[in-house]
Amino acid sequence: MEHFIFGRLGWDDIAIFDVFRDPTASNIVGSSAGWLAVIGAVIVAALLLIKGWWKPLLFTWLNTTDHKKIGIMYIVVGLVMFARGVAEGVVMRSQYVTSYQGGYLTPDHFSELFSTHGTIMIFFVLMPFLIGFMNLLVPLQIGARDVAFPRLNQISLGFTIVGAMLLMISLVVGQFATGGWTGYPPYTGVAFQPGTGPDYWIWSLGLSGIGTVLTGLNFAVTIYKMRCPGMTFLRMPIFVWTALCTSILLIFALPPLTAVVIMQALDRYLDFHFFTNDLGGNMMNFANLFWMFGHPEVYILILPAFGLYSEFTAIFSGKRIYGYMSLVIATMAIAVLSFTVWLHHFFTMGQSPTINVAFGIATMLIAIPTGVKVYVWIATLWGGRIRMRTPIIYLAGFIVFFAVGGYTGILLANPTVNFAVHNSQFVVAHFHNVLLPGTLFAVLASIYVWFPKFFGFRLDERWSATAAWLFIIGFTFAFMPLYMVGLMGLPRRSPAFDDPSYIPYMIVTMVGALCVLAALCTLIGSFVVSALRRDTLAVPGGDPWDGRTLEWASPAPVPEWNFAFIPTVNSQDAFAKEKAAGTAYEIDCDTYEDVELSPTSWIGLNIIVFGTLFGFAMVFWIWWLAVLSALALLTHSIGLGFVRDKGEIIPASVIERTEKDWIALAAEGPGTERRDEVSPSNRGIAARISEA
Amino acid sequence: MTTSNTNLRRHPGLNLGPSHGKAHEEAESVVFGFWVFLMSDLVTFAMFFAIYATSIQATAGGPGNADIVDVTSIALQTGSLLISSLLFGVATVAMKYHSSKRVVILWLLASLAFGLCFLGLEIRDFIDAAEKGAVPMRSSYLSSYWALVGLHGLHVSVGSLMILVVCVQIAFFGFASDVKTRVLRLGLYWHFLDIIWIGIFSVVFLPGLLS
Amino acid sequence: MNNKDERAHDLRMYFTGFIAAVILTALSFLTAILQPFGSVGIFASLAVLAAVQIAVHFRFFLHIDVSRQKREELQLILFTGLIILIMVAGTVWVLGNLMTRMM
Ligand code: HEM
Ligand SMILES: [Cu+2]
Repeated sequence: MEHFIFGRLGWDDIAIFDVFRDPTASNIVGSSAGWLAVIGAVIVAALLLIKGWWKPLLFTWLNTTDHKKIGIMYIVVGLVMFARGVAEGVVMRSQYVTSYQGGYLTPDHFSELFSTHGTIMIFFVLMPFLIGFMNLLVPLQIGARDVAFPRLNQISLGFTIVGAMLLMISLVVGQFATGGWTGYPPYTGVAFQPGTGPDYWIWSLGLSGIGTVLTGLNFAVTIYKMRCPGMTFLRMPIFVWTALCTSILLIFALPPLTAVVIMQALDRYLDFHFFTNDLGGNMMNFANLFWMFGHPEVYILILPAFGLYSEFTAIFSGKRIYGYMSLVIATMAIAVLSFTVWLHHFFTMGQSPTINVAFGIATMLIAIPTGVKVYVWIATLWGGRIRMRTPIIYLAGFIVFFAVGGYTGILLANPTVNFAVHNSQFVVAHFHNVLLPGTLFAVLASIYVWFPKFFGFRLDERWSATAAWLFIIGFTFAFMPLYMVGLMGLPRRSPAFDDPSYIPYMIVTMVGALCVLAALCTLIGSFVVSALRRDTLAVPGGDPWDGRTLEWASPAPVPEWNFAFIPTVNSQDAFAKEKAAGTAYEIDCDTYEDVELSPTSWIGLNIIVFGTLFGFAMVFWIWWLAVLSALALLTHSIGLGFVRDKGEIIPASVIERTEKDWIALAAEGPGTERRDEVSPSNRGIAARISEA
Repeated sequence: MTTSNTNLRRHPGLNLGPSHGKAHEEAESVVFGFWVFLMSDLVTFAMFFAIYATSIQATAGGPGNADIVDVTSIALQTGSLLISSLLFGVATVAMKYHSSKRVVILWLLASLAFGLCFLGLEIRDFIDAAEKGAVPMRSSYLSSYWALVGLHGLHVSVGSLMILVVCVQIAFFGFASDVKTRVLRLGLYWHFLDIIWIGIFSVVFLPGLLS
Repeated sequence: MNNKDERAHDLRMYFTGFIAAVILTALSFLTAILQPFGSVGIFASLAVLAAVQIAVHFRFFLHIDVSRQKREELQLILFTGLIILIMVAGTVWVLGNLMTRMM
């Protein structure tokens, strides 16, 4: 009976009590993390209740289908998970400092740390960040009022949150996988890990994967079908191009992950033999399938970041992007090539040299379009009137580091070299080297750039720039030494080592990691400080940086209906052209019309609640709960077909008033010169510059 | 007339008429989005096919391909699917040319009946196989066989459920434009499953007959 | 064309597809049952028949053709085909090679 009700969930599984049962260093760290999560959740819940914030949370956020709010929620999820991921990174570094002949954490705990860290950083930090920016920017940049399927968008967010929730729950109840973010069997099979770990991995990736494919679908259709009149493909901003290519990658690269997750679940739950050691199972199938997803995944993570860099490089050098066509072609080339290189993640698996060479060459080919992009950014900066704001600091760090990361990537693409450094710390250095400066810096810089657009005030320049420098310095010290350590022979994922000559490097990386932690705190500080000073930092005009594309052509925060009229464009960088011509703030139509917003929906919340319950129930074999939650999801989804809600209607008068206020603001003065853009005089209207 | 004519060609089964400008645009997006979904799903199936192909020899001494195929049953299953598809097509044509709700629902239910025939036969085959010891726990080969064929069966089951749902919607709302596009999408899904089935009988079942 | 003709045209489309599909299926089954050629020939003809039947289904049931209005869908399908080709052929190549090297 107890088995029926609680499945395999027992008191021993409550990880936050481990510390009382057996207060070792490892348990103290593990349980404190759990307690932190619990206390954090309690505080948030208390605040929601006491301050009455639950109401706006439910009725303006969780039920919304507005792409801007959904985008913000994605980024908030990303930030929360990022805090946890960085904390884990620091704990792992501290383990490495002590792990000469055995560190203070148990090997198992260390393995859990790198597994959750990797899974979180890839699936619940970088993906939500980028999908968040796609949500925020794509509809605005193509002149649409929302994405093609707003409710589907909410569903995607729901699934992403489910995955993140399962990861957070695993801190408190049970244990997460110890098989790394790649989760290779047979080690993650029942024979070696009968516990809950790999099951958490399966359901958090599996469920959030559903959301991600749907996002890809949604944005592909949005970009194909929802562009405003005149927005031909070759007039789309570069970010939209990269979002399109990323969507295509999501649509086609997620299925191998879905397949591999289903098979792994069948192996673990129903005793199938896809990847087991016995009865013909073959784990090489797993590696092959996983990386058919995994490699395109890294381009999913980098392409939108490239798009973001392209956008703000142009803005902060005060000129149009150099080589638009070559960027577009390079983006598409990377997207297609990224399906042809997956084997470089397992050169050492034993296939013939011919195959290795073929995939090695394909990999090196990708360096060509990627190199083109780096040159394009440099050429955009060249001759521009560059303003050294926070984004350009990140950009400078990025260009230098990404070149290094790219070169080491080419080294790794050479099978003979790869045999020597495969699975070593060299690889850890390489992928942090491309992921942090590549994607993370792009996102942090973009938060600075587009934050004013959606919240109505700028971020404090001094705090933001400090955070940027700390990230760059911290990154340098935390990861560059690992190239050396890797060449000296330390494998990745090592809970201990025997060669004392690694120790100095480990201390340096520890310092770097602490510096990254300080950077994170500064970043959070920049939000707090700016929120306190939001009146001086306000930019109601909505164009604080002299932007070039359509998203800047509206007040800040962007009104719910995005545009009073669906714009018509007849060139790239339409808003910059209009500003140069002096027509940007003119009303070009005099009858305003009512706008119907996309209807609200509760399906997202339903998914968050019942999806999480479902995942949890599956992990702990609580079958009745799993069935009930699945039924709840199913009935609600079918029910959607019977609901015919109308969205809120925004009356024409409101739209007219907002628009006229905005235009009046622009008419007030000459606007802000670029050199004054971080002074309080910046109200979000740019002084006119004739060059476009 | 010309515009409405091309629209008709564009989505046989969908006749929103020229007066439905906005509805038509939305239908375009919805149908295109559904195609994207189908193609993503097709890649998932392709992965199961690929794994099947790599484990044909991994029978671990257990039953293999040749031991589980029952040609008559497969032929009947194929027939059921084809007839079901045809009937679905007839239902969409009926909907397009303003037949009554009753007629369309009847065609849809007929289509569903053949879908259920397929499922019944498939389940019987699965039970037979299990009785012969060809359970998925027996070998990697059987795992991939059950997973691939089962995944298709699961899709057919979901489709069957959706046919019922759509029938209810027609009864409730009549042929509102969103109901029409839903029928249309379900049709795409239903025909799409046949394409997967062609793959299954050509890759899984028929090679099993070769001695 | 009036309504009635169009209706007949649409129905004809489904029936043509159906008959073609039945014939092609029957040919596939007969090839496998009667085994008129060697195994290479049989596999080749099964592959060709399947490919033709897939094309028939796309044409007559899913109404994909080369006309302008269908261009986006067609491009999507062809691109999917390319991706599947890369993934499936790659898998069979790599795993097949690994298997022979383990023998
Ligand atoms: C911010 C500071 C960070 C620190 C201090 C840090 C530290 C570490 C450490 C120590 C490891 C384990 C290396 C090993 O296996 O020996 C690791 C693994 C990893 N990190 Fe980070 N990391 C940081 C940020 C990130 C970010 C932003 C990403 C973004 C994608 C990331 C992605 C990964 C991945 C994918 C792994 C591999 C996990 C596995 O082996 O399965 N890390 N990190
Ligand atoms: Cu790769």
